[in-house]
Amino acid sequence: MLETRPDTLDSKVPNGTLEEKWTGYLNSMKLVAPTNKRKFKIIVVGTGLAGASAAATFGELGYQVEAFTYHDSARRAHSIAAQGGINAAKNYHSDGDSIYRLFYDTIKGGDYRSREANVYRLAEVSNEIIDQCTAQGVPFAREYGGLLDNRSFGGVQVSRTFYARGQTGQQLLLGSYSALSRQVKLGTVKLHTRAEMLEVVLKDGRAVGVVVRDLTTGEITTHSAHAVVLATGGYSNAYYLSTNAMACNGTAIWRAYRKGAQFANASFTQIHPTCIPASDEFQSKLTLMSESLRNDGRIWVPEKAEDNRPPNQIPESDRDYYLERRYPAFGNLVPRDVASRAAKRQIDQNKGVGPLHNGVYLDFQDAIQRLGRDVIEARYGNLFEMYERITDENPYDVPMRIYPAPHYTMGGLWVDYELMTTVPGLYAIGEANFSDHGANRLGASALMQGLADGYFVIPYTIGNYLADYLNTEPVSTDDPVFHEASAAVRDRLNRFLANNGTRTVDWFHRELGKILIEHCGMARNEAGLEKALSDIPALKEEFYADVKVLGENETLNQSLEKAGRVADFFELGELMCRDALNREESCGGHFREEHQTDDGEALRRDDEFAYVASWEWTGESSDPRLHKEQLEFENVAPTTRSYK
Amino acid sequence: MTTTAEAPAKKRSLPWFLEFYNSNVGRKWVMAISGIVGLGFVFFHMFGNLHLYEEPARFDEYAEGLRDFGEPIFSRTLILWIARFGLLAAFAVHVHAGFTLWWKNRKAKPVGYERQQFVEATFASRYMLITGVIVLAFIVYHLAHLTWGLEFLNPSFTRGEARENLIEGLESPITAGWYVVANLALGLHILHGAWSLFQSLGVTHPRFNRWRRNFAVGLTAVIVAGNVSFPIAISTGLVGS
Amino acid sequence: MNLTLKVWRQDGPAAAGRFVMYDATDISPDMSFLEMLDAVNEQLISEGQLPIEFDHDCREGICGTCSLMIDGIPHGPQLSTATCQLHMRKFADGDTITIEPWRAAGFPIVRDLVVDRSAFDRIIEAGGFISVATGSAPDANLMPVPQAAAEAAMDAAACIGCGACVAACPNGAAQLFTAAKVSHLNLLPQGQPERLMRTVNMVDTMEEYFGSCTNIGECTTACPKDISLDFIALMNRDYVRGKVKQRRLTGQRA
Repeated sequence: MLETRPDTLDSKVPNGTLEEKWTGYLNSMKLVAPTNKRKFKIIVVGTGLAGASAAATFGELGYQVEAFTYHDSARRAHSIAAQGGINAAKNYHSDGDSIYRLFYDTIKGGDYRSREANVYRLAEVSNEIIDQCTAQGVPFAREYGGLLDNRSFGGVQVSRTFYARGQTGQQLLLGSYSALSRQVKLGTVKLHTRAEMLEVVLKDGRAVGVVVRDLTTGEITTHSAHAVVLATGGYSNAYYLSTNAMACNGTAIWRAYRKGAQFANASFTQIHPTCIPASDEFQSKLTLMSESLRNDGRIWVPEKAEDNRPPNQIPESDRDYYLERRYPAFGNLVPRDVASRAAKRQIDQNKGVGPLHNGVYLDFQDAIQRLGRDVIEARYGNLFEMYERITDENPYDVPMRIYPAPHYTMGGLWVDYELMTTVPGLYAIGEANFSDHGANRLGASALMQGLADGYFVIPYTIGNYLADYLNTEPVSTDDPVFHEASAAVRDRLNRFLANNGTRTVDWFHRELGKILIEHCGMARNEAGLEKALSDIPALKEEFYADVKVLGENETLNQSLEKAGRVADFFELGELMCRDALNREESCGGHFREEHQTDDGEALRRDDEFAYVASWEWTGESSDPRLHKEQLEFENVAPTTRSYK
Repeated sequence: MTTTAEAPAKKRSLPWFLEFYNSNVGRKWVMAISGIVGLGFVFFHMFGNLHLYEEPARFDEYAEGLRDFGEPIFSRTLILWIARFGLLAAFAVHVHAGFTLWWKNRKAKPVGYERQQFVEATFASRYMLITGVIVLAFIVYHLAHLTWGLEFLNPSFTRGEARENLIEGLESPITAGWYVVANLALGLHILHGAWSLFQSLGVTHPRFNRWRRNFAVGLTAVIVAGNVSFPIAISTGLVGS
Repeated sequence: MNLTLKVWRQDGPAAAGRFVMYDATDISPDMSFLEMLDAVNEQLISEGQLPIEFDHDCREGICGTCSLMIDGIPHGPQLSTATCQLHMRKFADGDTITIEPWRAAGFPIVRDLVVDRSAFDRIIEAGGFISVATGSAPDANLMPVPQAAAEAAMDAAACIGCGACVAACPNGAAQLFTAAKVSHLNLLPQGQPERLMRTVNMVDTMEEYFGSCTNIGECTTACPKDISLDFIALMNRDYVRGKVKQRRLTGQRA
């Protein structure tokens, strides 16, 4: 084990009690005067919830902003697909909710692997997010009296989730996109669409700009700024099949990692329990069905292995409602990681259902009998419709088939309290950072964190950094560092194009996905991770030798785009496995088979692993160096999560 | 990569109404209003002509009554001329707006599809320009035929003998057939227009919206039935001098 | 299933395009339409032919990126469904499927089946927002919104910005998109102060790029989210009011 170097991992958590930290920070941070803000230039990469809200707020404050998205419009980022809702500690329903409780639930839900101060701040600003979004015109669900409605969500005991039908992410993103659009019109934000960031540029150890490829013309351009903010989302697509959008990728954060930004908790990935199982080899992505289905659906598999009878012909006595059996207190509503692992266990025992034996049943018969079909239709009608569209099965008559799928990555670039990575001037916000979710994210918390970072945290904290650079010009794009970086990007692209191989990029991506889901998915063990750590580099080598990318750089070329992304996924996947191997405990989404209780539950090892594992790139041919940020729990004593 | 740029500044020097008319939405509003004027005319024109089915003298009385309309406050034919100019203006605006919008829309869709299936679009809604042109041609012809009585179209025309002119003018099955075709085109034009005008004017209410469609269908049926009956009745000899 | 595809190929915005026929063999009926295209592309690449470029991303019907004219209907024959959620079981073995890009002057072709829809962004930039700087918002429950109004706003806000309405419209008009965007904000109390200005600015911007509405209604059938034509009427009404009304008096009730 390498020595921890605390000097490189200063989390900059302010002093004081939990409640005083953020206020204290705001009171003491350096300010940039309004007239000086326009002298600073900030680059924001990614225009999802975090990126769009940050870019819009920077623009409102008066900074010069350049924002980049590889989509054709800022409105298309994958934040848009979030269904369930967004948490806030408004306590509008007087059910005893508070900032502290939201904080506590998030820490506990994250299995005590997140930083207390950050999570508390997240809970503190959560209420402002709801105010902001409502004022922007986000059509949250209302009660008849015209006030905001809430629902309860995933493993908490209060109703704190605000929602807009099953399209909360879409509505929130449209809100921040509209704020961004307003700034674009006002000229404070210059927005580049179909523009993919392919490199971070550093000078004297500071982030000073980015290299960008125009996806329609292939033109490589360089852009400089006083600070660079990465809001490029998570890396679930390393698994190939995930609920993420097809273009979601880890390239931006991986490029930053290779330039010195440390990568934390790479193995903390969330596998969402209620997705529609794959139907064939060509399946390109998995579709998530809202977790809310578990409120009324009962999950079961046949009692006997390889029971091929249609579900309606399997009598009650031959069914195993395994979640209700194992977790009588929470039943079908156990947290995501627990539900996912339990499903995997059933399928590993050959009890999987469906043509490929890769699912478990989510059955609404009881609920339909108890509440009537109308009630079920009102609650889940749109989800049932979506399910039928995809599977051609009617869930009112036949139980749904579900299976877990990679969904969210808690890991990401290590950031301090100010959301700055270990590279000065380089920030990571939203899912791109290792974030506030510890080892497992609770439902309806991702939207909250993305907007908290973008609207209410980074607009303040970035000033604390920029203030020191008042009256300095951004580094010129004629500087050799920019030339070198763009030359490197060109070389990389040319290498793919010149490689006259035989296999498609997708083929390699699928193979990588198989390795990762097998060995670094819902359950991991040493042997498997070791195998993955030898298989992935071999596959990567084969990729560089045998990949076939047709066409040219100077036009829209989706294969070329994908090639770069998949190339980075190999290295990222390797780091995921390395991190999983290092973490000899089970916590949240990370389950090491060697570390479980007698009845198969996760066994956390707080004495040895209550730290953030932050990895530093040391070069192509050497292993990354581990740094540890010890997690101090001053307010919440870690306990074992029990949902029995 | 599309990089945002300021949209070109528009000139804002026209009087407000022309500026309004310069926008497509404004132009559609004007089309709706002028369309309503036209609809009113067509409806009452048809209704007045039903006098054809009464005793012969009534029709000429009706025709004369139009000239006398508004007497004694207004001089004879004053109201008629005001109405004629009003109709002409509404008509001119309707035609201008229609043609210019059609031209703009052609430019907005310069390339069509190899294959396009229409699901909601009706024949009437898609061919408004064609039915409109037929109606336009018909109106000019109809004026020349029965109002101005141009020699080469209607040699037996006698000014003031409205009923006789009508009956002699429509005795020929060819002329009658042309009247029927033109009125069917008019029907199609109204079928879409009388619904579309509600949309263009922004008249919408969930409870009454289905009546917008019913209104258009009903109005079309009444107008077409009335108008088509005249040439048929005359050319088949049901109504004669 | 075995299918024949007739696909529009165009090398760049200025290049001349043409239809090319492809065979799609061994297609599973459970594949989505885009997965079928993925399979064809894999085949093309292995044969050394350039794959067909098409826009897609979330593949769950919400991001609005996918945009194909399939057999003459935007997003294909299954109504209320985006291309990404259309499955091959809706076709029959042996079918010939015509695949074209969205066609409209406001949507220039980038390559093959990919079009540039950034004109939609210009419309939003013109007024598709409520001006509220971060941090300046009052408490969310300060202003009650009648549930029916919130639901109506949500109906409009469900628009995914895919452009199927423009693609379907014989006039290349973007009325349904713009109306959905205008109505979403105009129906909410929060959107009232900027209501008329917003409508006029957004409509005027729309008209720089797109044709005019002749109330044909093809857009609403093509819309994967079933946005209603009623919103167009609402927008037209607000546009006329926006041109006529003295805005200094709009703070008055009724």
